[in-house]
Amino acid sequence: MAIGSSTDLDSAQTADLLELYPNGPASRRRVRLPRSPKVLIGLGGLIGFLVLAVIGPWIAPYSPAQVFSTTVSFPQPPSAAHLLGTTQQQQDVFSQLLAGGRSTILVAFVAGLIATVLSVVIGVAAGYAGGLADDLLSMLANLFLILPALPLLIVIFGFLPPSQGSDDVLIGLIIAITGWAFGARVLRAQTLSLRTRDYVDSARIIGERGWRIIGFEILPNLIPILASSFLFTVLYGVGTYTALAFLGLVNPNHVSWGGMLFYAQVAGAQQSGYWWLYIPPGMAVALLGTCLALLNFGIDEFINPRLRAAGLSRRRARRAGLTGAARPPRRFVLGVTPVVRSVPPTGDHRGPVGENLSAGRSRGGRQR
Amino acid sequence: MYVISRRIGFYILTAIAAVTVTFFIPRVMPGNPVSAVLAKMQGTVVTKQTLAALEAEFGSNTGQGLLGQYLRYWNDILHGNLGISTSNGMVPVTDVIRGALPWTLGLVGTATVVSFILGTLLGILVAWRRGSWLDTLLPATTFFQAAPYFFLAFLAIDLFAIKLGWFPAERAYGQLDFPAFDWTYISDVLDHAILPALTIVVASAAGWIVGMRNVMITTMDEDYVLIAQAKGLPKGRVVWYAARNAILPSISGFSLAIGFVVSGALLTEIVFSYPGLGFLMLSAVQEADYALLQGIFLVIVMAVLVANLAADFVYVFLDPRTRQEA
Repeated sequence: MAIGSSTDLDSAQTADLLELYPNGPASRRRVRLPRSPKVLIGLGGLIGFLVLAVIGPWIAPYSPAQVFSTTVSFPQPPSAAHLLGTTQQQQDVFSQLLAGGRSTILVAFVAGLIATVLSVVIGVAAGYAGGLADDLLSMLANLFLILPALPLLIVIFGFLPPSQGSDDVLIGLIIAITGWAFGARVLRAQTLSLRTRDYVDSARIIGERGWRIIGFEILPNLIPILASSFLFTVLYGVGTYTALAFLGLVNPNHVSWGGMLFYAQVAGAQQSGYWWLYIPPGMAVALLGTCLALLNFGIDEFINPRLRAAGLSRRRARRAGLTGAARPPRRFVLGVTPVVRSVPPTGDHRGPVGENLSAGRSRGGRQR
Repeated sequence: MYVISRRIGFYILTAIAAVTVTFFIPRVMPGNPVSAVLAKMQGTVVTKQTLAALEAEFGSNTGQGLLGQYLRYWNDILHGNLGISTSNGMVPVTDVIRGALPWTLGLVGTATVVSFILGTLLGILVAWRRGSWLDTLLPATTFFQAAPYFFLAFLAIDLFAIKLGWFPAERAYGQLDFPAFDWTYISDVLDHAILPALTIVVASAAGWIVGMRNVMITTMDEDYVLIAQAKGLPKGRVVWYAARNAILPSISGFSLAIGFVVSGALLTEIVFSYPGLGFLMLSAVQEADYALLQGIFLVIVMAVLVANLAADFVYVFLDPRTRQEA
């Protein structure tokens, strides 16, 4: 679903990451996320969803499976007793919404975790080893990238015995098998360029073992990309699990947001205007995905500082200029053409950050 | 054409892998595939014909080893035989797919192309006007991108088809049984396609917008763009120079994105009861019609590979460096 971050980390930007770490591991102490509104909203929302996943089933007013009436056969609209109405089976939608987050988030994070481990092992190995091993592993990753994942998963889950269709960890594992390739490709590209850095060469000359070079010299410099690809895979897991549950491929009685959408479709919610059946779970999935994507944007902006200035309006840029001393100005100068951007300090209250931004702005302004 | 021939080799390999995967999935599942399918078909009447079709599909009771079955499977596929669809009156799978494929190709193909062009243009605009109000477009598109396609389809039907009544809510054409291929029919089909196509475009354009914007911002810092500006070239020409170079990653990222778009489009079809492959796939799952399920999967893989090949040709056309390597 989220293809946005796909091109973010392409080889063009890989160079920027290297500019961020010109001295290798020594500069990694300064690693921290930019405090942009995107990151704050994304992180706050994600923490909220994680809390919901833990406490959701406990704070739900009713059991999600409890049937309130056997005589009514239509979904009931929201009321005082049922804040978000009832399903066609007369179960409480609000309780299902609160309880359904756990399975959705659990599956997505299990998928993200397993896929990230796979992508590190395969991507770093391919990038570090090079040669034939690299060719074969890259081909494997490209193959998994090109195979349309959801149809493949539908075939797999179609054959899976029904008894195993509600095991969250197993579902996460299967989703991970189709979701590791993107991360592996990005990590491989980055490892490939880190491998020839001076500090890696010197570690090799000193006689460090391969696993130590990978573990202590290369992996720490992959962390931003790793985080980005983890979030991307979790996002993929949320979308994929929801889609599989929506198709009724995982046991729909195992309450999840996708399962709720499955029952909404069965009840003909979109035709009959039963909005309370599909809007709550759909919004929950969309908001969770938005939080993950926003956080991912934040990491992308960290990896590629040029994207960051784009979020600043003229007013905010001036404000950033006022408080410019708090930020390391170097980052804003990274990768910019010095000819235009290095306007000499004019002695007013603006810090170097403001200078660079206003120089960039005026260039854009001349275009209009 | 070295690049293209290498890619074609890779696509052939992918196709082989896809066929191999569909062959092995039912066979690595616990238990006997035939009895597993029969267990899933509970409630439907299993005729001798069905049983025979299943046994042929999974190669049981034929006395062949795994390798023999695999070779026979390949032989069948190369002869265009994808098995018998048990849920559609025992007709060949290829016939069932042939009825649904044009709908999916028309809808998903058009929507994908529109979404790519629209998203790329918007991405250029957002990058060029960075810092302006257009930046607020990004969080909005992020939301549409994160929302499941089928949720947007629910919304679209409820709002535009039921509440406003602008478009039909389901199916691909009206109740005409054997319509003549005239303007009435064509406009009817178009009328039915607008809403699902719109859903796919809205859901998938965000990816192209963000991707294009990010590369475009990086490209705009290049020296040649600066020189183009310094020379006083018209703004449109400068944007064109930058965009022409920034679009390359979007096209090479096509293979990554097309899988997502197709998957999402299949789900959109289901909500709209659009008679394409996605809808067919759902019914195949529900009726435990595995031959059909596998057949659809293979056809989707082939379509994705062809789309990728097309993207490769465009890439080679746009980027002279790939031609020089040959």
